[in-house]
Amino acid sequence: MKLITAIIQPEKLPDVKAALFAAQVYKMTVSNVIGCGQQMGYHESYRGAIAEVNLLKKVRIDIAVNENFVKPTIEAIIRGARTGKIGDGKIFVTDLLECIRIRTGETGSEAIG
Amino acid sequence: MWMRATGKFRRMRWLALVGCLMVAVLLGWSPSSWADPEPAAEVDKGFTPAIGEAPPISRELFTTNNVWMMVATFLVFIMHLGFATVESGLNRAKNAVNILFKNTMIPAMGLLTYALIGFNLMYPGECWVVGRLLGFGGWGISTGPEGLTSAYSPGYTYWTDFLFQGMFAATAATIVSGAVCERIKLSSFLIFSMLYVALVYPIVGSWHWGGGWLREMGFHDFAGSTLVHSVGGWAALIGAIMVGPRLGKYVQGTIRPIMGHNIPLVVIGVFLLWLGWFGFNGGSVLSADPAAVSFVLVTTSLAASAGAVGAMAASWTIQKKPDLTMVLNGILAGLVGITAGADVVSVSASMLIGLIAGVLVVISVLTLDRMQVDDPVGAVSVHLVNGIWGTLAVGIWGEGKNFVTQLIGVLAYAAACVLSALALFGLLRGLLGLRVSREEEITGLDIGEHGMEAYPDFQGFLTK
Repeated sequence: MKLITAIIQPEKLPDVKAALFAAQVYKMTVSNVIGCGQQMGYHESYRGAIAEVNLLKKVRIDIAVNENFVKPTIEAIIRGARTGKIGDGKIFVTDLLECIRIRTGETGSEAIG
Repeated sequence: MWMRATGKFRRMRWLALVGCLMVAVLLGWSPSSWADPEPAAEVDKGFTPAIGEAPPISRELFTTNNVWMMVATFLVFIMHLGFATVESGLNRAKNAVNILFKNTMIPAMGLLTYALIGFNLMYPGECWVVGRLLGFGGWGISTGPEGLTSAYSPGYTYWTDFLFQGMFAATAATIVSGAVCERIKLSSFLIFSMLYVALVYPIVGSWHWGGGWLREMGFHDFAGSTLVHSVGGWAALIGAIMVGPRLGKYVQGTIRPIMGHNIPLVVIGVFLLWLGWFGFNGGSVLSADPAAVSFVLVTTSLAASAGAVGAMAASWTIQKKPDLTMVLNGILAGLVGITAGADVVSVSASMLIGLIAGVLVVISVLTLDRMQVDDPVGAVSVHLVNGIWGTLAVGIWGEGKNFVTQLIGVLAYAAACVLSALALFGLLRGLLGLRVSREEEITGLDIGEHGMEAYPDFQGFLTK
């Protein structure tokens, strides 16, 4: 079992969701985050004073998947999120030790599915 | 039970809506309904009598008239705050500074250009240049001692006249800003509105209020359904079409909602506009004549109320749940609709005009979206559609008014405004570009055009 964490541009979220749905991945957790990588920030000015903003708004998607879904999910995210420009984002894959469904108590691959 | 839009309930609501409209139509058309007072005699708006022609009135009466006209000026002025809050409330937070900036600059630039050139283009007096189509009274505003007395007009001094009319001028451009917001380039918009308010609005306004050819034909537009609202509305429509829809609004044939960020602000704005309309219509009587002003305020308010009810009925029926923004647009639609004839239609007619205006605005908003014309605040539906409706309604219910004359006026303004808007927007598209870049539209015009945010302490996050 793996936990796939993707950081993407906020306006790409609809495209990524659509691509995930097409790959039959329907369960995910989405959160708003701020962060930076290679993308430079921008300046704001207010009554003569300049502020440098370099933590930019991003969207984080967390998806728990079984082994057979790891590659399709990653490919779907890339399909939805890639624009070719700096700031497209990153995907992290981490090992998932355990997964439990609260309602039924199922564990393991059945709980993810 | 109203929540479930099952077949039976939907049909019931449609029947209820049709029933209301039929009752309203019957009421409006029955001659003996409601025992209305005599509609106030038509007041010649903008017709400035030559010195010596005005009947002498007492200083007290002249002062009273002028004070009322100045109060009406303040009321029309506050409408700019109403427009600002309506438009910013219906836009996304990331564009709030930009919208407010435009709504602040428009009255400022509008008054300045009106002083420089607009007032004398709109009221050329005797100085007509091209038939009764174009006249120019000279640069700048100034007056001799007669301008300060009732010899200029029994209702107001020259200065009051200028300022009252000047407040109207900027409202034409502010209508446009609502239709093109969230994607238009600031510089292009400011240049467009400056030229439109400085040149187009006063020249076409002179055709009626300035004593031009439409006045001679008997066209009637009491406070500006055509001269102000449809003039702004045509430019709004052309602008919305030429600048194109917002990113993500129309995706693969579906219409995606782009929600406003602050509905309470919209409500504040609409009620400020209603308040301002007391001056907009009440002041268009051009004196403090108690009979005329009190009657006009009543027809105005009844039309606004009926507009709200009509929009609620239409929205609840068509959309299954009543939409507050539609009802608010309905109030404005009723107000725009009565603006042409508040002085010459009966009480029951004013209610009917408002009711139909409320229904029209809902249908228009939905239709424009179907036609993929993106109008974020409903400016075209409120001002253009109901500006035309209000003008034609005068031909139906106005005492002694002719429908065909009203139609000719509507079409003349349509031609003039569409052509000039096309020319101006086209020129600006070629020289400067009309639209911001894709990245700027996504980040927000506040950052892109102004380098600042309206709500820096709040992180505007996605929820879908």
